[in-house]
Amino acid sequence: MSAQTGHGAAVRIEACGKTFADGTRALEPATLDIARGETLVLLGPSGCGKTTMLRIIAGLEQPDAGGKVSFDGKDMTAVPIERRNVGMVFQSYALFPNMTVSENIGYGLKIRGVSNKERAERVAQLVALTNISGLENRRIDQLSGGQRQRVALARAVAIRPGILLLDEPLTALDAALRDRLRSELNRLLRALGITTIYVTHDQSEAMELGDRIVVMQKGEIAQIGTPREIYFTPRSRFVAEFIGAANIVEAAIEHGHLILPGGRQPIYCDTDVPAAVAMIRPETIRVAAAGAASLSGTIDSVSFIGDRQRLVVSGVSDRLITIDAPNTVQARPGERIGLSISPDAIRLLPPEN
Amino acid sequence: MSHRSFVWLCLLPLAVVTAAFFLLPMARLVVTGAGGPQGLAGYLAILTEPRYRATLFNTVLLATATTIVTLIVATIAGMFLQRHRFPGRAVLIAMLTFPLAFPGVVVGFMIILLAGRQGLIGDFSNRLFGEKLVFAYSIYGLFLGYLYFSIPRVILTIMAAVQKLDIGLEEAARSLGASPWAVQRDVVLPALAPAFVASGAIAFATAMGAFGTAFTLATNIDVLPMLIYTEFTLAANLSVAAALSVGLGIITWFILALARSFSGSAVAAAG
Repeated sequence: MSAQTGHGAAVRIEACGKTFADGTRALEPATLDIARGETLVLLGPSGCGKTTMLRIIAGLEQPDAGGKVSFDGKDMTAVPIERRNVGMVFQSYALFPNMTVSENIGYGLKIRGVSNKERAERVAQLVALTNISGLENRRIDQLSGGQRQRVALARAVAIRPGILLLDEPLTALDAALRDRLRSELNRLLRALGITTIYVTHDQSEAMELGDRIVVMQKGEIAQIGTPREIYFTPRSRFVAEFIGAANIVEAAIEHGHLILPGGRQPIYCDTDVPAAVAMIRPETIRVAAAGAASLSGTIDSVSFIGDRQRLVVSGVSDRLITIDAPNTVQARPGERIGLSISPDAIRLLPPEN
Repeated sequence: MSHRSFVWLCLLPLAVVTAAFFLLPMARLVVTGAGGPQGLAGYLAILTEPRYRATLFNTVLLATATTIVTLIVATIAGMFLQRHRFPGRAVLIAMLTFPLAFPGVVVGFMIILLAGRQGLIGDFSNRLFGEKLVFAYSIYGLFLGYLYFSIPRVILTIMAAVQKLDIGLEEAARSLGASPWAVQRDVVLPALAPAFVASGAIAFATAMGAFGTAFTLATNIDVLPMLIYTEFTLAANLSVAAALSVGLGIITWFILALARSFSGSAVAAAG
């Protein structure tokens, strides 16, 4: 979404680090720009600092000295969360148990002194938008997990926040519901067009929802990019392996070829490297007849997944290679096959340090 | 022996204890209360006789004031102690809960040391204003004693309840624009309501019936337990003492039941 059509505020965090009182460093100083109306996903394993970064943007944590948070160019670092006009959805949803569904949704408006009539209208609008009609007078303990998630989102959006912050909003749900709510959430976020920062450890959530993804590792930003950039051109082994499935191959490069036990694979690289690290996505490898491709190996196992089948092949590299092949390919364990890989599907990664 | 008769046999000790220490004395108390010259009307004396009525009023007022002030002090202190870590916190909590170990007599003694004729407060006010401030032997001294007695119990209950509070609720309220006061009013206090009722009930019942402190401070403080004692030992008026005892029990029970049912809706609403 372009900056012109979006709503909400542009966010900039500058040199924001976080060291907790006990000395643990949750977040290395990080700088990040989020455009107006953009959906940015903070993605990483637990303990990578993504929630800390979200809480710094929300105003629930103060960055270490020197860090600065600004919305639309205005310095917000010292402004408490109650005056930042952010909508927040918590992993536990944190719905008020002593209020009904509509009282929950209308709470932020009530605090702002919005009249009863206007509040009722806005609540009705959000009830319709989030598809929870008929639940208005329910108590929170009478709702299912999915309904709670919608109420939490409606409550956060009701105040017309400049920025919407979501902390693992789907993690508490079971898998089937999670998939359904994910696409629903995606539609809703696109419709609202508010600047959104979304924290998750689930890469498929990140891919579907994010305009851009920030992959985080051990308190540092490992890579920032669109889902396509992150997937196709990961900048490190960590990113390559965290997003999707990846074959990591360690081999020497000589005269534009990867020298592997299973053969010589052409690669776009002019210099010779004694120990290169390359990434090959499983779906970019085509199965060919043995001897008809530059690489060959032996099928170890075949798992039929339905829309495709996953072959595990030995003898190509030091490690097993995974191939996602069309479900029509005939393959049996023990068979010798050829592996055909286009040179532009191979991505060289910096060696691990 | 059948399974069923075995179960009944196991209940026998409980039945004996209940009968011996609960049902029989209670029945005897009720009968004695009606055994005065006025018969059953003796029970109404607690309401019709002006002196008894005034005492009852005093006692309920004292117990109510104790409960309210205890809840206010203990909630603020309990919340602070649970939410903050500082050096000496454990020692402070241990000191605050120390009065739990004291019987009422000792609490009364401490109130006399503090606010009695030779007390600290008297000494202090004497030096400052040339006048001795002495209130240990009045209902104010008793109030102070009951506070000292009740605060530790209530603080512990509140601290346990605060620990169970979901901090996300407060953060959510703040993100929606709620000021610190609004967060307390709309989120924290409703969530603590069950703890207030439970611990408030204990404070109230203690203040209604505690005797040791009142007896230590003076024999002429007008509270029901003292009245029962004087009727019983000094006036040897057994039937009035019994009727007052039953009345004290019923009124305390009634007020506690009222508080519980009143908060029952609040508790249910709090999920």
